[in-house]
Amino acid sequence: MSLRSKTTELKRRMQEAFQGGGEQALEKQKASGKMTARERILALLDPNSFHEYDLFVKHAGQDFDMDKKYLPGDGVITGTGSISAWPVCIFAQDFTVAGGSLGYMHAKKIAKIMDHAMKMKVPLIGINDSGGARIQEGVNSLAGYGEIFYRNTQASGVIPQISVILGPCAGGAVYSPALTDFVFVVDKISKMFITGPEVIKTVLGEEISMEDLGGARVHSEITGNAHFFAESEQECFDQIKRLVSYIPWNNEKKAEVFAKKAPKSRQYKLDSIFPTNPMQPYDVRDVIRALADDSDFFEVHELWAANIVVGFGRLDGQTIGFVANQPMVLAGVLDCDSSDKAARFIRYCDAFNIPLVTLVDLPGYLPGVDQEHAGVIRHGAKVLYAYSEATVPKLTVILRKAYGGGYIAMCSNHLRADFVFAWPTAEIAVMGPEGAANIIFRSEIKASDNPEETRKRLIEEYRQKFANPYVAAAYGYVDAVIEPNETRNYLIHSLTLALGKQEIPPKKKHGLPPF
Amino acid sequence: MDDNIQFIDFPYEEVTFRTTLTKKFANRKPYLPPNPSKVYAFIPGTILKVHVKDGHKVKKGDKLLVLQAMKMDNLIVAHRNGTVKKVYVKQGETVPKRHLLIELK
Repeated sequence: MSLRSKTTELKRRMQEAFQGGGEQALEKQKASGKMTARERILALLDPNSFHEYDLFVKHAGQDFDMDKKYLPGDGVITGTGSISAWPVCIFAQDFTVAGGSLGYMHAKKIAKIMDHAMKMKVPLIGINDSGGARIQEGVNSLAGYGEIFYRNTQASGVIPQISVILGPCAGGAVYSPALTDFVFVVDKISKMFITGPEVIKTVLGEEISMEDLGGARVHSEITGNAHFFAESEQECFDQIKRLVSYIPWNNEKKAEVFAKKAPKSRQYKLDSIFPTNPMQPYDVRDVIRALADDSDFFEVHELWAANIVVGFGRLDGQTIGFVANQPMVLAGVLDCDSSDKAARFIRYCDAFNIPLVTLVDLPGYLPGVDQEHAGVIRHGAKVLYAYSEATVPKLTVILRKAYGGGYIAMCSNHLRADFVFAWPTAEIAVMGPEGAANIIFRSEIKASDNPEETRKRLIEEYRQKFANPYVAAAYGYVDAVIEPNETRNYLIHSLTLALGKQEIPPKKKHGLPPF
Repeated sequence: MDDNIQFIDFPYEEVTFRTTLTKKFANRKPYLPPNPSKVYAFIPGTILKVHVKDGHKVKKGDKLLVLQAMKMDNLIVAHRNGTVKKVYVKQGETVPKRHLLIELK
């Protein structure tokens, strides 16, 4: 046979495999508002960059007449490509082929591309759209999941791992995304749960729709399992492309440095954003935008635990992980969820050499029986652990309130912030003037002829004396009290200094963070 | 900042902040102190058998009912001596978590 006819034969085989579950199944996928697996990969990667592997892999099912069935690519497309010219490994489950179910060879393909990502030290992107384990392949499909989870764990903190949920992802399948760094969901398309509505109904008699149980909104707002929420698949891919621009390829590299750009100072003026009255709210994201290059801020976990804000921006072209209390929501208190959210993000930044900038304005921890019983002690401790453990440059700016345990937790000098700056509006003290005065001057207030007036006077005295940045500055816990408009200059300067820092943690197998 | 945001008063210790609430905080259940005379379902499930009737005298450890859940028959026993004031469930009934099953007096 000539080369030409051999090539024709190859093309015929490729065309056959490209058909996935066949025309009808592909049409059905599109009719349900979803892209096909192949369309998704092409939409996400740079044009003509996708190189596919294991297209001709055959499934390994022997029982239940499965050996007579042809499943193109065994229901998953794997390969490499690039996003903004940066290399990535990628896989996309093909729901049109046996419901994207995970059989032995399907899992082997995923494991192989994961091994490849680890060997080449490039990010891994997984697009999940699968009915779950392929029941016909029995324990082999469970083995497949286990192999993937193991690799997710080994790769954790070495290469960025991104999960995209574009269909059902149920039962054991949810644990792979949960082990990865960032989970993306799309409204009305993504569904994630351990046990579905039918099982819940049978076992417990509770009725709930898939959407209400584990839809995109649920995981973005209530559970925090998803980090990014999009209205459409295209919007989701744009978010992934944006995320990839902020993070390094692996834990030995630093994120790409961009050309520096000044913030949009006309749109984001600290004078008009920031109320000096500590009881008045503002959007701390506007403060971040007033500080960051081009006023660009890419928020992570935007809809979940909104009382703390985390996300990426740049200073002088360099990626920064911003962590900020949000006075606009629950007065910016720390609670179980916001502690989890902050701690996870801090650890991500530390693992991938991304400097941290912390903006502090919180009255303390959220009081309440529900919080105490939900374990706010061990959740809150995660923030302390994450900041103390982090060896990346750590810069802190105290904007207004920094009271009690909240002050310590938010990357204080004591947890080894490299530089702590405070605005003149900062109030750094063991507790708020009202509470402190009531305790310290209890007997004096009680003995007074006019307790209410005495109380007010003593609160005011305490406020004058302690509710400011100068007491902490007097002990050197604050490195500099600065004018708010100087903040960006101070951050950029200290970042330049801190980039060269070397901190060698004590030798250990691993620590025991409170999770 | 979005001008349409409705801020509310949020008392924290002795100060009142202007802020918004998260859905989770707004929907949190108020704490009820435990009432030792009320027996609640600790798990959603099905009432397999009821061993007592209204007015029955029970001793600590006596069988009250069987709550089947997650393929397990859970025998619920009296945690103290007393009289059954009221049985709130019937055999075969499916109950959600924290459903009131039996009240003692």
